[in-house]
Amino acid sequence: MATDTLTYLAGAVVGRVRSLVDPTGSASATAGRTAAGWLAVTVLRDPGDVDLASLPAPLAEFGHRIEVRADPAPAGKGTELRARLRDRRPPGPAPARLAGADPEADLRSALRRAKQLLEVGAVLTVDPVPHGRRTATPGGALLEAWTRGAAGAGVR
Amino acid sequence: MRAITWRGVNEIGVEDVPDPTILDPGDIVLEVGLSVTCGSDLHLMGGYIPAMRAGDVLGHEFMGTVAEVGPAVTRHRVGDRVVVVSFIGCGQCWYCRQGLWSLCDNGNPNPGMTEALWGQSIGGCFGYSHALGGYAGSHARYIRVPHADHGAFTIPDGVSDERALFASDAAPTGWTGADQAGVQAGDVVAVWGAGGVGQMAARKAMLMGAERVVVVDRLDNRLEQVRTHIGAETLDYEQVDVLAELREMTGGRGPDVCIEAVGMEAHGTGVQHVYDQVKQQLRLQSDRPTAVREAIHACRKGGTVFTLGVFGGLVDKFPLGAVMNKALTLRGAQQHGQRYVPEILDLMDSGEVRTEHLATHVMSLEQGPEGYRMFKEKEDGCVRAVFKPAG
Repeated sequence: MATDTLTYLAGAVVGRVRSLVDPTGSASATAGRTAAGWLAVTVLRDPGDVDLASLPAPLAEFGHRIEVRADPAPAGKGTELRARLRDRRPPGPAPARLAGADPEADLRSALRRAKQLLEVGAVLTVDPVPHGRRTATPGGALLEAWTRGAAGAGVR
Repeated sequence: MRAITWRGVNEIGVEDVPDPTILDPGDIVLEVGLSVTCGSDLHLMGGYIPAMRAGDVLGHEFMGTVAEVGPAVTRHRVGDRVVVVSFIGCGQCWYCRQGLWSLCDNGNPNPGMTEALWGQSIGGCFGYSHALGGYAGSHARYIRVPHADHGAFTIPDGVSDERALFASDAAPTGWTGADQAGVQAGDVVAVWGAGGVGQMAARKAMLMGAERVVVVDRLDNRLEQVRTHIGAETLDYEQVDVLAELREMTGGRGPDVCIEAVGMEAHGTGVQHVYDQVKQQLRLQSDRPTAVREAIHACRKGGTVFTLGVFGGLVDKFPLGAVMNKALTLRGAQQHGQRYVPEILDLMDSGEVRTEHLATHVMSLEQGPEGYRMFKEKEDGCVRAVFKPAG
């Protein structure tokens, strides 16, 4: 039992490290995303309201570079909207995905904006946000970089 | 305009910042009448939520007068006196439609941050770090309020500014805890934390028909407020054994519902408190769950524990065995204020909910650093420092 546990833990650690160091490795190809590569959001609109022939602008801008699917969500939750890049390069390492710097970041952000357009009718504007003096610190620079990428970052 | 800003860990400033403007058709710009410190601000102040940038405007609990309206706003006009919910909800996503407004899918423009931390992102909040949207806070002369038709509520004429102010966050947060915990008539309810949120959770539990409501804290003046203004019983955890007292009060069962309204900087006594302090300071745990642990141990078999205090990340020595073996329901939430504010304002108007006593220190914006220091140190019996931007 103890040996089994140790073997499992060792395998998990090795797999995690390998996925971070070498995201192209076959064993880690699905780390952080599905094997099929779909990114998904659920939109509170009837499937009939989600017209794949007339996609919201953020998705339409991708043209033929993406595939899109729409399926009914269960229990009245609306429509599951999925998109994936036709040219599916290996997913970025976990830190890049979390920082919004991976190959799918733009699509992730576009899906979120498409959802807002379908549900609310507009994408919430944020900037300019009133603020005081920004001092130059390493922590502040890191946070600003993370904030810039946060619209496209995530685990979905 | 002048605003109170976060300048760094435990450093609060007052400085000039640009005035906000209408950015979206559903916005209003509010001239802030009153804006109050919240215990959850202390987590930002102390650097426990490391997503604040120097210069960010603080404050998320506020009321004021509508100064400007966007073309799509239908419920408000210039001059209306309104209170605004601290969380921003779009009103159109599945979560908003379920009344779970703090979980809004469309209110946080930086969803990647909280997705990384928690698996899914939650809604945005005024003045509460870039992880919750990076919105400017309310400790300023003016604030922009997006989705104002959903988040801003007209204050009845009979309700004072000082009372309505707490319909922004403290009261609806307390309402969220008691309601979502499913308090039933005849229940015994214990609440950890006698600050504004804990007091309001106790009041809502009483209004829901709880047979007995007991609030746990260590600060005499807050416990006195609970007895005088809320009408609940109290326990001072520095004077008595809380678990033993609660067992005795409930005939050995334990409270039916335990609401934790303390959050990640909980105090305690003895070895446990020292252990949690050391682990948090060494960043080996992000939050101190002292009160949550006690609530779980106190709760009756099959009861409900509700975490209403703000937590950010990971805790250590979590009594999962008690949760599982005692068949507890463990829940938590930020506030779903849009769902509760109309009821709260009605009750404030009829006098059944009173909150003025929470505003122990009313100050100008220029006194921001002093107000936060007094609030943090609980100096001079400070329960909440309230800022009046117009002076």
